[in-house]
Parts: sequence; structure tokens; C-alpha cells
Amino acid sequence: MTRAAAPRSRLETILRAGRFAVTAEMQPSNGADPEEVRRYAAELRGKVDAANCTDNPAAHPHLSALAAGAFVAQAGVEPVVQLACRDRNRLALQADLLGAAALGARNVLLLTGDDVSAGDHPEAKPLFDIDSIHLLRIARGLRDEGTYLSGRALSSRPSFFIGAVENPFAPPHDFRPTRLAKKIEAGAEFIQTQLCFNFPRLVEFMKRCRELGLLERVFVLVSVYVARSARAMRYLRDVVPGIDVPDEILARLEKATPGRQAEEGFRLALETVGALRETPGVSGIHLISIKGQEAILRLIEAAGLLPRPEA
Amino acid sequence: MGVFHTALIAIEKAVKIPLFGCRMCGQCILHSTGLVCPMNCPKNLRNGPCGGVLVDGHCEVKPEMRCVWVRAYEGSQRLPVWKDHLTHLQPPVDWRLQGTSSWANLASGRDRRVPAGWGAADGAGSSQEPGVRA
Repeated sequence: MTRAAAPRSRLETILRAGRFAVTAEMQPSNGADPEEVRRYAAELRGKVDAANCTDNPAAHPHLSALAAGAFVAQAGVEPVVQLACRDRNRLALQADLLGAAALGARNVLLLTGDDVSAGDHPEAKPLFDIDSIHLLRIARGLRDEGTYLSGRALSSRPSFFIGAVENPFAPPHDFRPTRLAKKIEAGAEFIQTQLCFNFPRLVEFMKRCRELGLLERVFVLVSVYVARSARAMRYLRDVVPGIDVPDEILARLEKATPGRQAEEGFRLALETVGALRETPGVSGIHLISIKGQEAILRLIEAAGLLPRPEA
Repeated sequence: MGVFHTALIAIEKAVKIPLFGCRMCGQCILHSTGLVCPMNCPKNLRNGPCGGVLVDGHCEVKPEMRCVWVRAYEGSQRLPVWKDHLTHLQPPVDWRLQGTSSWANLASGRDRRVPAGWGAADGAGSSQEPGVRA
């Protein structure tokens, strides 16, 4: 059995060195032109430690995460290739895990995925053959045991830094740390959380994770959103499931005049990043913005997170 | 399938559908999920809630329904036994068992048969410590 000759991912190296990591969600591509992906990746080069290539985000089809990951890597940015259980059964997921590795992905993020009803093809058949915890276990099996779920041997093993997601802000809140423990047991080595607007809730979650001894076993990257307007924030609260936007956060944006809301949203994100850097157990941030990556780039700069460390 | 099995399936359906909204997955884990059937989760989750649970504890796919896993968590906390079973890693569903009797599968041990790559029936099977690699 040979192991794919692959060094540790840049993201893993930075996290294990105890450096504060910065990842960002890359703009998904709606076309077949690789130049579009390379252009998004080039914007992020040198500014983030890794860029997430999403897998049909919000159940809307886009250029595949595997393909995007390959172009992102070519453009000199390390991809985090996301795979969701919504659109593929266990055979296809394993095929894509190997495919992602062969195309150069060193980080994968494995999740259940939004339901098809959230997207623009609500009539589609949702797969959900396995859940995210099964997929984490399968990825660990491919890497550490060199076998498919069936037990059949691989000819060479992938080398992954295995990621998962968790939502500290959704009910049942008391169970969320336990769910993270299950993900760690299944194979998760880092997590990216759902968007953080309810900071006290995050602190509570981290405290419980520490008590359970989880923070020695997993790196936690907290997601920060750069809101462009009160309307965008209200949309997140009312339309996107699982996002907890406290009233005072929305009120803060609404108080600003429409012309100043983008600035207020930016300031809110900057304050959140500052607070997260001071929160014990938080290993990094994951930045998300809708429609354009400029706000993310500005935030990284304003927060003093440049230059990124060598890995 | 013999007469016995057909009768068993009929009895199981008659008991478990009204009580638990049973979906006859044939590999029952009700006792591990606070007596709430996880197969009512639109995403077929066997290991806990997804991240899309609404702030009021309802399901993102069927907003009129409380999240199966919110109920499972509450249910498990009320049970005198099996509370910790919610922490167990549940193996992937064997879809071949859909529509068969979980009672028969329990008796024969068929419901504990998992793919070789999954590991032991009651856990992830650990050839190494989970989590952080050296």
C-alpha cells in the first residue's frame, strides 16, 4: 500500500503551529469558464490560508467543488473542497473524495448539506443516503485504513485534513458540543462553524467544548459574515435556516442610514474578528460575504491579519 | 417471506406507526434516540440534528414540524436509561432492510451487520485514536 506522496496541508500546518488561521468562502462559479474560478482565487492569493470551494451552496447548482478546487490550487491558493451528502450516495461520495485528493485537495469539509427545498430545483430527489458523520468516518477510513466503506482496499491512500461543520447557534443548544464530539470521533480534525452573530452563545459553546476536552482534539474556525445592508442581514435571519441574528445586531444595522449600512456591517464584522481572536479555543476565522470578495479582503487587511504566515 | 414474517411486519407496523411514526427502516434505534424515530428527519440523519434547525426548534424542511432531533434530545433526557446512547456513532442505514421487521432483524442480528470499513457495530471502530493525528 502506498500513501499518496503529499505533505500536510498549509491549513493544517498553520493550525498545528498555533497560528490564527484565516479561511474564506470563495465565490461559487456559475459558468464553465475556468478563468472565472482562477480570477476569484487570484484575488485571495496570499490573503487567506485556504479557500473553501462550496458544493452546490444553498442547493443551487454551480461549477463542481472538485473542479473549482483543482483550478484554485493551480492559481496558488489551497482549496478546502466541500462535499455534501445531499446530491450523492456513498459510492459517488467516495469516488469524489478520491478524485478530490487526486486533483490536489489536501483539505476536505464534509457536511450533510441543505435540503433541495432550499434551492432552485426543489423538485429534485434529495439523496441523503448517509449523513455527515458517516462521511467523516468514511474519509478517515480511506486515509488511515486504506479501505472503502465496504472494506475493499485502495491502491493508494488519500491524504486529507478532514473538516466538518457545526452550528453552535441552532437548537438543541445543549446537544451541539456532544454532536461535535461525535464528529471528532468519526474523523473531524477541524470545524468551520455557522455564521456567528450571537457571541455569548458561542462563548457558552466553547466553554462546554473545553469541559468535554474537545478543544485538544479539534481546531475551531468561527465563521464571520460581512453584511452589506440591513436587508441582507434580515434575509439571513428570515430565509436562511439555522442562522441566529439577535435583534440588537439587526437593529444596529437598521439604525444606520442606507448609505452607511455597508460600513456598519463591516465594522460589526471587524469587531467580531477582534473578539474571536481573544476567545480561548478559537483557532481561526472563516470569512463569508455574498456578491464579491472585496469586503473579505478589506476585512483581512483592516484586522491586521496580513501578511499570512509561511507554512 | 413466510407467513410468520408477514404477520410480524403487520404487528410491528400496527404498534410502531401510531406510537412513533415508524418508517419501517428495519434497523430500529428508537431506544437510542429518546423514542423518537430518526427516519422522520427529511435528511434521514441517524447521528443528530443538522445545522438548519430553526431558532424555534422546528425543521428547516418542514417548518410546521418540530425537529426530530430536538425531540430526540429532549426524549433521551427524560428516559431513565439509554441517555448516553445519543452519543453513540450510528452506522449508515442499510437500505435493503427497508420494509422488513426490525424485531426479526434484531433477533437474527441482521440489524447489527455493518460494512467491513465501518468497524465495530456499536462504534466507528477505531484502529487509532480519533481526532488529532500526530
